[in-house]
Amino acid sequence: MKVARITALAFLVVVSAACLFADFVAPAPYARQFRDVPDAAPSHQHLLGTDSLGRDRFSRVLYGTRVSLLLAPAAALLASILAALIGGTAGFVGGWLERCVMAATDLFLSLPWLFLLITVRALLPLNTAPFTSVLITFALLGCLGWAAAARVICADARTFCQSDFILRARASGSGGFRLLWRHIVPNLKPVLYAQFWIAVPVFILAEANLGALGLGVAEPLPSWGSLLRELESFSPLSSQPWQFVPLVLLIAVVSCFHLAMKKQELSV
Amino acid sequence: MNSSSSARSATRTVAVHATRLAVILLLGGFLGATLVRVAPGFGTDESDLDSRLSQQSMQALRQSRSSQDSLAGFYVRYLGRLLHGDLGTSRTLQQPVTQLLKDRLPETLKSVGLGLALAWTLGLTLALASVMSRSWFVDLFGSLLAGVLLCVPAAVMAILFVIAQAPARLVLGLIVFPKIFRYARNLLARTAAMPHVLTARAKGLGGTRVLLWHVLPVAAPQLLALAGVSVSVAFAAAIPVEALCDLPGIGQLAWKAALGRDLELLVNLTMVVTAVTLVANSASDLLGNSARAGAV
Amino acid sequence: MRQRLVRLGVLLLFVAVTGAAFAQSGSQLRFCLHSEPKTLNPVLMADESSETVRYLTGGVLMRLNRLTQQLEPELATSWKVSEEGKTISFKLRAGVHFSDGTAFSADDVAYTMQQLMDPALHSPTGDSFRSAEGKVITKVEAKDRVTVIFPAPVVGLDKLFDQVAIMSASSPKKEMAVLGPYYVAENKAGSYLLLKRNPNYWKHDAAGVQLPYINSVRLDIQQNRDVEMLRLVRGEIDFINAVDPEYFDKLAAQAPGTVTEAGVSLDSEQMWFNQVASSPLPAYKKAWFTSTNFRRAISNSINREDLARVVFRGHAQPAVSWVSPANKVWFNAKLQPHAFDQKAALQMLANDGFRLQNGVLRDREGHAVEFSIITNAGNKYRERMATMIQQDLAGIGIRLNVVTLDFPSLIERITRTFDYEASLLGLVNNDLDPNSQMNVWLSSAEQHQWNPEQKTPATTWEAEIDKLMRAQASTLDQKKRKQAVDRVQEIVWQQEPFIYLVNKNAMSAVSKNLRNAHPVVLRPQVYWNIDQLSLGSEVAQNR
Repeated sequence: MKVARITALAFLVVVSAACLFADFVAPAPYARQFRDVPDAAPSHQHLLGTDSLGRDRFSRVLYGTRVSLLLAPAAALLASILAALIGGTAGFVGGWLERCVMAATDLFLSLPWLFLLITVRALLPLNTAPFTSVLITFALLGCLGWAAAARVICADARTFCQSDFILRARASGSGGFRLLWRHIVPNLKPVLYAQFWIAVPVFILAEANLGALGLGVAEPLPSWGSLLRELESFSPLSSQPWQFVPLVLLIAVVSCFHLAMKKQELSV
Repeated sequence: MNSSSSARSATRTVAVHATRLAVILLLGGFLGATLVRVAPGFGTDESDLDSRLSQQSMQALRQSRSSQDSLAGFYVRYLGRLLHGDLGTSRTLQQPVTQLLKDRLPETLKSVGLGLALAWTLGLTLALASVMSRSWFVDLFGSLLAGVLLCVPAAVMAILFVIAQAPARLVLGLIVFPKIFRYARNLLARTAAMPHVLTARAKGLGGTRVLLWHVLPVAAPQLLALAGVSVSVAFAAAIPVEALCDLPGIGQLAWKAALGRDLELLVNLTMVVTAVTLVANSASDLLGNSARAGAV
Repeated sequence: MRQRLVRLGVLLLFVAVTGAAFAQSGSQLRFCLHSEPKTLNPVLMADESSETVRYLTGGVLMRLNRLTQQLEPELATSWKVSEEGKTISFKLRAGVHFSDGTAFSADDVAYTMQQLMDPALHSPTGDSFRSAEGKVITKVEAKDRVTVIFPAPVVGLDKLFDQVAIMSASSPKKEMAVLGPYYVAENKAGSYLLLKRNPNYWKHDAAGVQLPYINSVRLDIQQNRDVEMLRLVRGEIDFINAVDPEYFDKLAAQAPGTVTEAGVSLDSEQMWFNQVASSPLPAYKKAWFTSTNFRRAISNSINREDLARVVFRGHAQPAVSWVSPANKVWFNAKLQPHAFDQKAALQMLANDGFRLQNGVLRDREGHAVEFSIITNAGNKYRERMATMIQQDLAGIGIRLNVVTLDFPSLIERITRTFDYEASLLGLVNNDLDPNSQMNVWLSSAEQHQWNPEQKTPATTWEAEIDKLMRAQASTLDQKKRKQAVDRVQEIVWQQEPFIYLVNKNAMSAVSKNLRNAHPVVLRPQVYWNIDQLSLGSEVAQNR
């Protein structure tokens, strides 16, 4: 188990270093089009081949990792914090507040938010820099992604508030903030972690899907989402398994984070 | 005396719940309508780019699309018709919404049902196996599987299913599965680490008995809450999955309505989704409460 | 002599028997629609799926043979257009019945014309007949004779009837009673349409066997092109009308003999700048976009060869002007595609006071040249073209921002708010006659995208286009029309209100089981001769 953790950590360090120093590591700028070799197979020049416009896929994966690895967890963190605040407070306080918050989350979960996203794109000036538009996309995703997690957290918080040892703690005189901080938050941590790690890849994929609607990473900036979109036209007719590298990388990074975090999570 | 008062309180509870449901539903419909109305491109149509249409036709068609009155006016009229059982007519599909819902809802229910069955069977089995066996290998396998499935775009999964000639609606199950597995595993692991379970184990009780007597009853309320959430999650996931896999359910309908800015259709679909979410979540709350009451 | 007669008789019998075998077997043709048909009323049809249904079910007075591009008699055995081009008289086929058994007569033609020209219905098909204000009169002269009189000459009048499916005036089934080879038997919303052969279809083959050969047609609604491809390879569908360039080569490698490339099509991809005077753009940007030098410089900086080669895998040609080279009659052969020449582009920009400073192009007042191009999200070929243009323009110091929008948002920007700088879209063209694009070229028209609905032409060249387009529409003299249209192509080539990028090739894939298919450039590429198609015997037995 320890070996697995160290391997995972090492992998993450390598990936982060590679994408942080992408300017030095990448063999070509991410936007450069080698128009004579579109859809090329891996070679010395292009380690992972090229995409449909002849851009070096390895470079794009590096830069895309930088964008997504930075922003998706940030958005997931935002969503988890919102969920913890809203769900936790509702579960802790209970009563009418809980009922109102739960009704609001129900409502929130069933509204067609697509339109909000489309409207936001329409409100943005057309000449927005690609990075700004990604930033806004992820911020929006973070703001909209809390509701499902909040429900789960609220249910959890409520159960804990009614559990024996909290009652005992209350009886022994600890109350309010101290109770929340010392007893409830630590116990909610695993659920929060679970929600966070569910949210990271979900946001990455959501960004990819929004790209299909015009709200996402603008060309030529790469992101994991836009790289994964390439796979949609995957067919058994095309024998290009290297197209799967971004997907494998995403899975590997998420799994490694999971492995690496686990010990700390338990040691808290 | 006692029984009549409890009956009265039960009636009151039901009435309160029903009112709450109705209010949220109406609010949901209104908010949905607002979002559609303020979205850019409302009132446009592909015929705006049809070069065959004469100037007069083009202007008349535009007029007919934009002549709908204000948002509030629309909503009041909509509610008026709703009371008479008329859900209106879809602009883009030129069919009564009632008919569209009748055609499409069964398809979605089938997808959601199958998806949920798959997700719960797989998710709960793996979660139980990983907690009860306490083998890191099983745990890793489950986590990896869930992780992989979380990371694969739905469109890619759909294509893979088509290649494998498997029914596309199972994609829905694979989308919901990771959520169920992760939450259930954490929950069960936490419950299994509780003092009374440890004591039971120390006393030499078998795995199955510990599970049935000590773990599941404690975890039941939250599992039920998860069940409610999973229904609404499955419903929400049905939209992209149906749109991508060409399954003619209400998810696909919602997608088309969104792209066509079809106000009447979307208001109704928002209400349906809100109703499903509400009912699922309220049911899970009620069941969770009663299970907790039973456990206490 | 006698022996020969016997042989002939045996041969005819054989043909009749095999023909009947085709007809009687449970043969089913399957292919995909990419969206649900929006309506089944032939008068109101405008989207591609509806038009497919109309082509398969509608009986027309005459049909444009998609291979020879000549009109052929169908329900009208003969017709005559008057010299001034206002009147057309038909002699109708006798003994024809609708799919529900009602007899076909001149009244049905009159009814169809009345529906088609009903001002309240706003039929796109009907509007293409409208050349001037006024009523259209249909005179029923006899059961089999009918004359339609238009208020003003309509150029290419007879060809327009290829789109007019005759509806029954008296059938209780309304538009569901048809005269074409098939009728709609089942419509499972959002899933499929099942068409069955029309038992009363009038056409017979040389051996006297009633057409069509194939018993039923199943149209599966399948948006996903990848899945459509897989299904073709697997033999679940029989053809794909328009194959994506990406898949063409894959299919050619995997299943040789199934794909055909019929040559360059009528469709074009183009970009244009917003020249609307009242648009919310800053004045200096309006000045750029209305400058001919600026537009031509941009056009010269785009490498069209690369677009065709990389984005369309070589299955497209650099475009010249608004008439595709596929349109042999109307294309102005003197024009060549604009060459990729960034030096010349910078020279032209210098004439307007632009200069390149440290790799950034600036205008006379020092504004860095940066603009956005909008295109519809989800169309990967357009997104890729925009990305390639982005890199091309970077070569002359211009920063281009690519913005993909969902279709309604895009339409709102280019037709209502005019809040955009440049747009990249395609034009789907079905009609060979340039008159069908009247609403694009008249400066007063709505579809005059770069600056619609002008009270008076904003520029002298737009005024000249107006004059020429009106001239070609008011004469039936082919030579004069050709001259006018050639001149309009020249003006557009010089002024570039639309910067034409590429013309896509028409590519189809047909399974080997489908017999007698001859894919062509014009829509519907594969099934234009639907009543002649037949399926290989193995498939016929299987289904």
